[in-house]
Amino acid sequence: MSTTALVEVHDLAKIFDVSAPWLNRVVERKPRQFVHAVDGVSFTIQRGKTLALVGESGCGKSTVARLLVGLYAPTQGRVSFDGNDTAAGFRSSSQARSLRKRMQMIFQDPYASLNPRWKVADIVGEPLKEHGLVGQSGDRKRELKARVAELLQSVGLAAADVEKFPHQFSGGQRQRISIARALATEPEFLVCDEPTSALDVSVQAQVLNIMKDLQRKRGLTYLFISHNLAVVRHVSDQVGVMYLGRVVELADKADLFARPRHPYTRMLLDAIPDIHMSGRARTPVQGEVPNPLQPPSGCSFHPRCPHANERCKLERPPLQSFGGALIACHAVEEGRI
Amino acid sequence: MTTTPLLEVRHLRVEFPTRRGKLVALDDVSFDIAPGEILGVVGESGAGKSLTGAAIIGLLDPPGRVASGEIRFDGRRIDNLPYDEMRKVRGRHIGAIFQDPLTSLNPLYTIGRQLTETIQTHLPVSNEEARQRAIKLLQETGIPAAEARIDQYPHQFSGGMRQRVVIALALAAEPRLIVADEPTTALDVSIQAQIISLLKRLCKDHGAAVMLVTHDMGVIAETCDRVAVMYAGRVVEIGPVRDVIHAPAHPYTVGLMGSIPAMDEDRERLLQIDGSMPRLTAIPTGCAFNPRCEKVFDRCRVERPDLLDAGATRAACWLHADSLRAAA
Repeated sequence: MSTTALVEVHDLAKIFDVSAPWLNRVVERKPRQFVHAVDGVSFTIQRGKTLALVGESGCGKSTVARLLVGLYAPTQGRVSFDGNDTAAGFRSSSQARSLRKRMQMIFQDPYASLNPRWKVADIVGEPLKEHGLVGQSGDRKRELKARVAELLQSVGLAAADVEKFPHQFSGGQRQRISIARALATEPEFLVCDEPTSALDVSVQAQVLNIMKDLQRKRGLTYLFISHNLAVVRHVSDQVGVMYLGRVVELADKADLFARPRHPYTRMLLDAIPDIHMSGRARTPVQGEVPNPLQPPSGCSFHPRCPHANERCKLERPPLQSFGGALIACHAVEEGRI
Repeated sequence: MTTTPLLEVRHLRVEFPTRRGKLVALDDVSFDIAPGEILGVVGESGAGKSLTGAAIIGLLDPPGRVASGEIRFDGRRIDNLPYDEMRKVRGRHIGAIFQDPLTSLNPLYTIGRQLTETIQTHLPVSNEEARQRAIKLLQETGIPAAEARIDQYPHQFSGGMRQRVVIALALAAEPRLIVADEPTTALDVSIQAQIISLLKRLCKDHGAAVMLVTHDMGVIAETCDRVAVMYAGRVVEIGPVRDVIHAPAHPYTVGLMGSIPAMDEDRERLLQIDGSMPRLTAIPTGCAFNPRCEKVFDRCRVERPDLLDAGATRAACWLHADSLRAAA
């Protein structure tokens, strides 16, 4: 198994300093404050597969995405891409270039991630020029144009769209432009941070279909970040559920949706509206995500957990393997649920 | 329907005059809401669902205006009321809940002050009574330690708690209809489930009817009695929730339902409707959905269908024209 792993993440952590400015701290005697946005996350993604990370706002899923592509430097832990440590890779500029070529990111908001003053030809063509992927000869312009047109067609846009500006497209079309841009360098690994959350359902379906087709054709590996469990169920092979910076359950898709083990996963599944009114039994959801500045002691889910006991309040459960799935829960370990 | 409707919307047309001519944002929208009923209004961005809600509570942003048609509340016409008259209806008889709980609360006033102000504007009660009522409302919406929290400011509440306060505000004057515009869209799924069940329970307890505007079919399925599906400023299908979800009659509804990733079945590809909703400046002639419709035929391109009987629901689609001819 491990021989085909493209991305391996080990004990990754990111701590943000959210203290008040220095003068305020001195005058108002405020302490320094830190948020453990990502706190000891480990997973591997097999080549050609999709790992989805799900969780509610503030659980650290987007931070993981940004750590992976080198937009943040990890406070602790290691990310290796195709066997090489990326932290070292992103420090050396020549290696960083080749890494960036091999991994790309698609962002949530297609209105903010495209430069409104650039034409589509420039937006999609930039990575090609930047990485020297078009020939140096006199034909360069024509080659670039042909390549951009080809990329646009691969995501279902017309070759003639190269002359347009982003504002001339709808949200779904813009997200396709972002995908075309990400594909320009022929990456192996795509990090998708909520790629369809800003889109309407019928447009979401178009984008998800394109992403699945591209994966099949090009053997892409995806890290798919989403808060929508139904979307995750549709696109992923493996699912990691995050809560307050930690992975609480990591399992194969079929397993996780058929037999959710961690109480938080169960709660999330129960919270999804039952669209076909099948009348499945659901426990009402309770409580809210606590303030990440003061996370609860022990298992951070214990204040909302129906199975919590004294041990859960004191001791933080490690992620352990139970019948193929990785779960961080004392109640599962003790066989109480 | 045997009971007289609480809200009647008839042939509502909303226009935005612009320099380049009139934009028709809502066209010939008609529906009823019975007392105590929950009607869902669903559609994609730009379908006109929020605008319908805004027209009912009389808060259309200028230059938007009701060009024709009428809105009746409890038999009384409310779409042409003067501003001051409408203010008395809004809040007292029709409550409103908006998407973003942070912008619907005044950050400079305590929760208690906003609640008591609303209560005293509409009901003749003393300060002390108003405060007691406010505390009771906060308790009903599930806010812990309501006596203490009533003197706090909106920023001291989390997103879910703020939305509970907004619901308390909407219910403050015991209105008979609540227009809820995407009340859970800004919230996380686990909070959304709590807010939806709260809204449903409270409206039942208070006997209020609800017009629930949302883009989320799941929320509709959970909450509503009937649902109206909107597309490009018109209602394309309306009927009992169960029928619209399980046996949609309009091709757009069929596509919409198929494009939602399901939790209980595996599909390699989602059904997709190609293209996107037309802009208001370029609404196609005939049926507005015809360029994206798989079942389009000649009549669809020239003549616009009205809502026709289509089994359990009513759909604006020429595919169901046979039943019209049979009835005539």
